[in-house]
Amino acid sequence: MRIPCPLCGPRDRREFYYKGAALDCPDPEAGAQAWDDYVHLRENPAGVTRDLWQHEAGCGAWIVVTRNTVSHEVLGAVLAREAVL
Amino acid sequence: MDKLQAVSPCAGLLPITIGALTVEEVDMWPITSVTPFSGASGSVLGRALGMPFPAPLQSTTDGDARLVWAGRGEALLMGAVPDANLGAYAAVVDQSDAWAVVTLTGTGGADALARLVPVDMRLSAFGVGASVRSQLGHMNASITRLDGDTFMIAVFRSMAGTLVHDLARALEAVAARG
Amino acid sequence: MRLSDKNVGDVVRFRFDGVGYNGRVGDTVASALLANGVHLMGRSFKYHRPRGVLTAGSEEPNALITVGRGAHAEPNVRATVQEVYDGLEVFSQSAWPSLKFDAMAVNDLAAPFLVAGFYYKTFMWPKAFWEKVYEPVIRRAAGLGALSGKHNPDTYDKAFAFCDLLVVGSGPAGLMAATVAAEAGLDVILCDEDARMGGRLLAEVEDVDGLPAAEWAAAQIEKLAAMPNVRLMTRTTVTGAYDGGVFGALERVTHHVPRSAAPIECFWRITARRAVLCAGALERPIAFENNDRPGVMMAGAVRAYVNRWGVAAGQSVVVFGNNDDAHRTARDLHGAGVTVAALIDSRADAEVGDVPYPVHRGAHVVGTKGRMALREVMVRKGAAEFSVRADCLAMSGGWNPTVHLTCHMNGRPQWREDIAAFVPTPNAVPTLEAVGACNGAFSTAACLAEGMAAAERVVEALGAKVPEVALPEAEDAPYNILPLWAVAGKGRAWLDFQNDVSVKDVKQAAVENFRSVEHMKRYTTQGMATDQGKNSNVGALAVLADATGRGIPETGVTTFRPPYSPVAIAALGAGAQGKGFAPERLTTSHKQSVEVGAPMIEAGLWYRPSYFPRSGESTWRQSCDREVGYVRRSVGVCDVSTLGKIDIQGPDAGKLLDFVYTGMFSTLKEGRVRYGLMLREDGTVMDDGTCARMGAEHYVMTTTTAAAGDVMRHLEFVCQMLHPEWDVAFTSVTEQWAQFAVAGPKSRELLNGVLETALNNDDWPFMACGEVSVLGVAGRLFRISFSGEHAYEVAVPARYGAALFAELVRRAEAMEGGAYGMEALNVLRIEKGHITHSEIHGRVTAFDVGMERMISPKKDCVGKVLAAREGLVDPMRERMVGLRPVGAVKSLSAGAHVFEARAAHVHANDQGYVTSVCFSPAVGTMIGLGFVKNGPARMGERMVVRDHVRDLTVEVEICSPVFVDPEGVRVRG
Repeated sequence: MRIPCPLCGPRDRREFYYKGAALDCPDPEAGAQAWDDYVHLRENPAGVTRDLWQHEAGCGAWIVVTRNTVSHEVLGAVLAREAVL
Repeated sequence: MDKLQAVSPCAGLLPITIGALTVEEVDMWPITSVTPFSGASGSVLGRALGMPFPAPLQSTTDGDARLVWAGRGEALLMGAVPDANLGAYAAVVDQSDAWAVVTLTGTGGADALARLVPVDMRLSAFGVGASVRSQLGHMNASITRLDGDTFMIAVFRSMAGTLVHDLARALEAVAARG
Repeated sequence: MRLSDKNVGDVVRFRFDGVGYNGRVGDTVASALLANGVHLMGRSFKYHRPRGVLTAGSEEPNALITVGRGAHAEPNVRATVQEVYDGLEVFSQSAWPSLKFDAMAVNDLAAPFLVAGFYYKTFMWPKAFWEKVYEPVIRRAAGLGALSGKHNPDTYDKAFAFCDLLVVGSGPAGLMAATVAAEAGLDVILCDEDARMGGRLLAEVEDVDGLPAAEWAAAQIEKLAAMPNVRLMTRTTVTGAYDGGVFGALERVTHHVPRSAAPIECFWRITARRAVLCAGALERPIAFENNDRPGVMMAGAVRAYVNRWGVAAGQSVVVFGNNDDAHRTARDLHGAGVTVAALIDSRADAEVGDVPYPVHRGAHVVGTKGRMALREVMVRKGAAEFSVRADCLAMSGGWNPTVHLTCHMNGRPQWREDIAAFVPTPNAVPTLEAVGACNGAFSTAACLAEGMAAAERVVEALGAKVPEVALPEAEDAPYNILPLWAVAGKGRAWLDFQNDVSVKDVKQAAVENFRSVEHMKRYTTQGMATDQGKNSNVGALAVLADATGRGIPETGVTTFRPPYSPVAIAALGAGAQGKGFAPERLTTSHKQSVEVGAPMIEAGLWYRPSYFPRSGESTWRQSCDREVGYVRRSVGVCDVSTLGKIDIQGPDAGKLLDFVYTGMFSTLKEGRVRYGLMLREDGTVMDDGTCARMGAEHYVMTTTTAAAGDVMRHLEFVCQMLHPEWDVAFTSVTEQWAQFAVAGPKSRELLNGVLETALNNDDWPFMACGEVSVLGVAGRLFRISFSGEHAYEVAVPARYGAALFAELVRRAEAMEGGAYGMEALNVLRIEKGHITHSEIHGRVTAFDVGMERMISPKKDCVGKVLAAREGLVDPMRERMVGLRPVGAVKSLSAGAHVFEARAAHVHANDQGYVTSVCFSPAVGTMIGLGFVKNGPARMGERMVVRDHVRDLTVEVEICSPVFVDPEGVRVRG
């Protein structure tokens, strides 16, 4: 599997750390329910999904990867700091 | 008072030559991590560093000094004392002792690295001056092509022994192919 | 019998089962044995039936051999793949005591009982028999080959490769694809599993571009070899297709020469922008009674042996087929002077032409005779039956395109009625195109044209200019076939030679309702082991389709998964033997610690000293107690460089720290250190450590050794994902600084001997930090303590670490102190109730460790919202306490559980558990830290600690986790 790091170009999956779904972090005042959803509840889509990876053994960038869970196709990646969730 | 005696990371481990390839320790003192703060302009940085801040996957040079891209927003200034004003524009951190730095020289260096690094290191894809952060074996590493026949490899100091071990195995594998 | 040595080299000597034979350079073990008239090469797996070689390639199911002896022995090598060399020693398998007389062949007589499902049905009862009786017996009888059981002394290699185009297979399609792409300037890797490039062209006599096929191939290969942008990889099997254009490939580097220090195999991970699959096709057998005798072979293989190796697989050969390709075998054998006893074509309307050997159209082979070697072939034509004397039967049930790689990403092949075969589904692997025979194009001309066209598409797609390459002329004969899977008859007709699966077994599976092809496979074992059904899959599913009344496309194939052919685990794990398994991180004091005999323990990748033994000490406890005494009474020195150290700078450094720590750090004074606790987003504790403010916008954070990487990643996450607007930079400085704890009442006295400016309590109170000069070297000093004693940590650039450690230890020893290791460090911290990851193990909250007040109410921090949930601040949670034995048993063990005094020691009564224990010299007994329900409210309560694993029951008292100096006087002294 290859992941296109926006800074380093396509790299072997072994260089990346996987975190999970790319979600918008709730406001501190949003309440325990919103936080519980954010931390614990996950969609499990068959199809296009976006998740967070870190190019840990490379440039260190956190990135949002768009990929298809059915075909395994990696559709693209952007720097997390520039991602719109 | 007596000054403490300094020991280099690869002391007693290098140099080694296997087949057509040689690994040697190089002293790049000082090594400084430079991470520009937001708003630091390229020209201001370039003046303070004596060479342009490198784009990702690149390094720049000024005489013997080299500025190596070291990851997102960071470069390692090697072999030059940073300008005292640099701290106003960038986080400046002494890393002179954090890295074991070696050169791999000779014919077939890219073939040896192909056994350890999951990145295309052939000259056509990884030209002179190119630099990557990737893995060498299981270690996070910085690898820079100094010229057609020479790579500079840096891993964290504590893993100097493993670096030499892994490189030696790769050199043996290349040499065995004749 | 060797007919010609035109295409082979010098004579070499090799041994098979102890008998010496001549072979030729270029021979496989199979071709050399056939040249010596040896047909019997193995025994079948289940019935131990005598078997000869079936094929001439890696799909070989029968002729499995063990190469070499002792630790070097390699089982299950296909005799069709192993090249001969001087001194090679190979052995047959699955036979005892010998290949000619195999005791287990008694299974063959018991065959009526050993049908599909026999094991499942028979060995069910009594249940207790399975582990003790059935399994050991079956295991002894079963299995292909045997491992030596010894450490593998061979070296293996692995490597990464990159290219624009990967061409898999070097037959006509592959050579054309590689040539076109190479001429266009693309980086090309051309792999072939054979020792020689050329694929099927090496085995045929038809001309290509006016040259004999093999000569044309050699010329193409020579041209490619001279191009700098082409890498030719022979003996390299592309074993798998993976996501993102990544392919696995196994190169057999030195299997064809005597053992040396060189790696025997190399596993390649090839990343290709595009790939063209030119893997050719595999011929399939026809099932008829006793179609497995030594001498019954694939027609294409018999042809390959005669054309490529100059070897006749028999003196009198019967050819039996259902397609035109089989006719070529008869033609080439006759041309080479071998007697063709009969050409039998199952098709009544087959066009054979005028040939000088007997031809029977519309006839079937219905059986064979000859146990150790084929003697006679029985033929039925209409109502008539007759036999033909022959020592070789060349059969052809048609050709199956080698679609495997196209199925590795879940693609399913499609049935093509006209060629009675499965072909790849286009785009099943996104960057790969299958062409030539593996795509169902069976003529040489079609292969050349498809290979060329595919490469042109790749060249265009990659933005290069399509070069002018002429398409060579070649034979373009049609491929006529009429399906024939199994000849009707009563006896056992074999489908899967490797697993001894017959037509009857597959029908039995259907009868017992294992009608799905995947179920049939598991029930009969058809398609398993080294050949993975390459010879038998299509035949078996056709029989299943017939038995279930469905068509072949509806029945479908089983899933082809990587690897295409067997890959040794040692090759996949190349480089990870011995010290290659994981990096070793060594501190600057490592050498000295080892020199004085300190046993090292692994902490993550780091190596740290357990204790420093002295002469006269016979147990680690004696050393540990002594070292604890240094710190409590004098001064001890410990390398703490492995703790994570992160340099944090920038205008928003304070904001970042306030957000990642539960406490406030933006208000910390310069030159001061504060203890900090970090939470995960879910509110549990992630890590703890200290953070020092070195300047207005400059902090140095420490983490635990274990969590250094996690914390770094977490900081990156916060700054890149949650707060990209913050202007803050951080850099790991763990490796820059060698840092030593100097702890104990005499720590200041010791340090004053090495520091340029002497320390005093006013300038350097508890939790002070700053820059110092240590024996002339610029360093840093932190007055922090993990032991509860007056203590410091002093840091110098790592190049001076070894020297400073030696100097500090020397001075400490002069003050009746010395170095201390991890055991003593652990005792010192347990006595003070300081937590480590034994306590903050991932299920523990700040509330649980008594640090809920460290979550500042004045600000937000990571994990704050969820840490406040009702369930996470419930007093009845298991919360941290000290444990002290009060009964007769004074032993404590970590992992034991806590119960109320009179309760039964069962899960329902569980009150908590023990996390850390040690012998405390200060208390005089073992002490422990643990978590007990509502623990802080139960001080003084007598409970029981029960360790079911070590069978230990201990009466304890719940107490404060701080056993030494609870007022914290010493640390400030």
